[in-house]
Amino acid sequence: MIGFHNVSKAYNGQLVLDNINFKISPGEFVCLVGKSGAGKSTIVKLLTGEEKPDQGRVLFGSYEVNKLKPKELPPLRRKIGIVFQDFKLLPIKTAYENVAFAMEVDGRKQEEIDALVPQVLDIVGLADKQYNFPHELSGGMKQRVAIARALVHRPSVIIADEPTGNLDHYNAWEIVNLLLKINDLGTTLILATHSKEIINKINKRVITLDNGKIINDEPHGKYLLK
Amino acid sequence: MATTLSRIIKFGIQNFLRNGWLSVATIAVLVLALLVFHGLIVFGVISQTAVASIKDKIDISVYFKDSAPEDEILKVEREIEGLAEVKSVDYVSKDRALDAFKDRHKEDAVIAQALAELQANPLLASLNIKAKDPKEYPNIVERIQDGPAINVIEKISYAQNKSAIERLARLVDTFGNAGLAITITLALIGALVTFNSVRLAIYSNREEIGIMRLVGASNKFINGPYIVSGLIYGVIAAILSLAAAAPIIALASPYVEVFVPEMNLQSYFYGNLISFFGYHLLFGVVLGVVSSAVAVQRYLKL
Repeated sequence: MIGFHNVSKAYNGQLVLDNINFKISPGEFVCLVGKSGAGKSTIVKLLTGEEKPDQGRVLFGSYEVNKLKPKELPPLRRKIGIVFQDFKLLPIKTAYENVAFAMEVDGRKQEEIDALVPQVLDIVGLADKQYNFPHELSGGMKQRVAIARALVHRPSVIIADEPTGNLDHYNAWEIVNLLLKINDLGTTLILATHSKEIINKINKRVITLDNGKIINDEPHGKYLLK
Repeated sequence: MATTLSRIIKFGIQNFLRNGWLSVATIAVLVLALLVFHGLIVFGVISQTAVASIKDKIDISVYFKDSAPEDEILKVEREIEGLAEVKSVDYVSKDRALDAFKDRHKEDAVIAQALAELQANPLLASLNIKAKDPKEYPNIVERIQDGPAINVIEKISYAQNKSAIERLARLVDTFGNAGLAITITLALIGALVTFNSVRLAIYSNREEIGIMRLVGASNKFINGPYIVSGLIYGVIAAILSLAAAAPIIALASPYVEVFVPEMNLQSYFYGNLISFFGYHLLFGVVLGVVSSAVAVQRYLKL
């Protein structure tokens, strides 16, 4: 359902992705591994249409993402749930409203929103923090709100870009376990990370990037970088 | 559609309420711009009244020879009244001139006595002419001098007052032009300052705009709420600026009356309160909405 075909991307003449090829099937859990600057975030941005490749095709379901015009991006983005290292919550909205926002812009009915948002907040363990604003929540809680938001419109894929980067050990594992649980329920999951511990422990498919190239792609991979 | 619109309005109100200080600061700038705008309207009205009152005070008099028969004078009056440039003609007969003279000098015993000793009325009959535009006086004078009436005319006061009338005419013109230039400049400055502060307010929200895009919000969900906020800014600023203008007008009114006695600023303000509110609302809302729409447009192209 996701495919990168001969994708290259350069910023200011500096090659960030060099002829990348991979496919991800529905329901997979894939770790994108690489040092800072290896091209993980660029892959995420190409998938969400934030950036366009210089070469190659980026496929997502029936979409050829590299050919979408800005106006055609919102429907694509509503099919993808994204979780960021810096959470990217809307500061003037409560936890509940942040999650509801993703459904509101999708044109969902109010009754559906009223029913689903508390349910999803409950899944991520924040049932009692619905009315708190982001600045009133800890890092781990913020990330769980972000996951709830990514989850709530039932996307076929969730992309988590360094979701544990700003969290302590305990909270990081809470988040990873949550992502594993979501994947178990059938959602495709792409986890971009450089945490050796997480990758080695979860025993999932690992795509390793180095200097813009895929140097390894294993169904049950380990952390290979030094 | 209705759901989308109601959500956009809800987000707009939320933006407005939860961005408390930003909203207050933006409204404050908008209020200042509206006060400038209000000042310009008032300044325009005052200067128009002042100019009209100066124009009204400029006139010329045509004095007729003592021998001129009254029906001849009345004929000239009708002719002058027929000129397109002339606003009004007032016939002052010898008797009226004398009455006015006596009235003016009734305190002066010497003059009263001198008049009493005179057998005949020494004053001349005259026509007081007011032009629609002070610049037309030379034309009017020329037309009179070239006409047949010149035989019965003793003198025209224009010759004596020529330079003063011309200076006043120029002053009136310059005043009008300068007023327009100042109005346009200040209105433009007010609009630009407002636009800039709205732009800054939205600039500080650029990250949120990016987040909205990433969760799949279409453009109408992103710029809609900002336009709604802009609308709210405009309405509140219109009310506040009008409320702030009231005491300023009350304070300035007596001073204005010293310069332009025909002008009662306060009663003018309250007499036109509704149309003033309309102007403020229009200017405030247009400025708020257009600034928001233009400013947010920049961030919609990701």
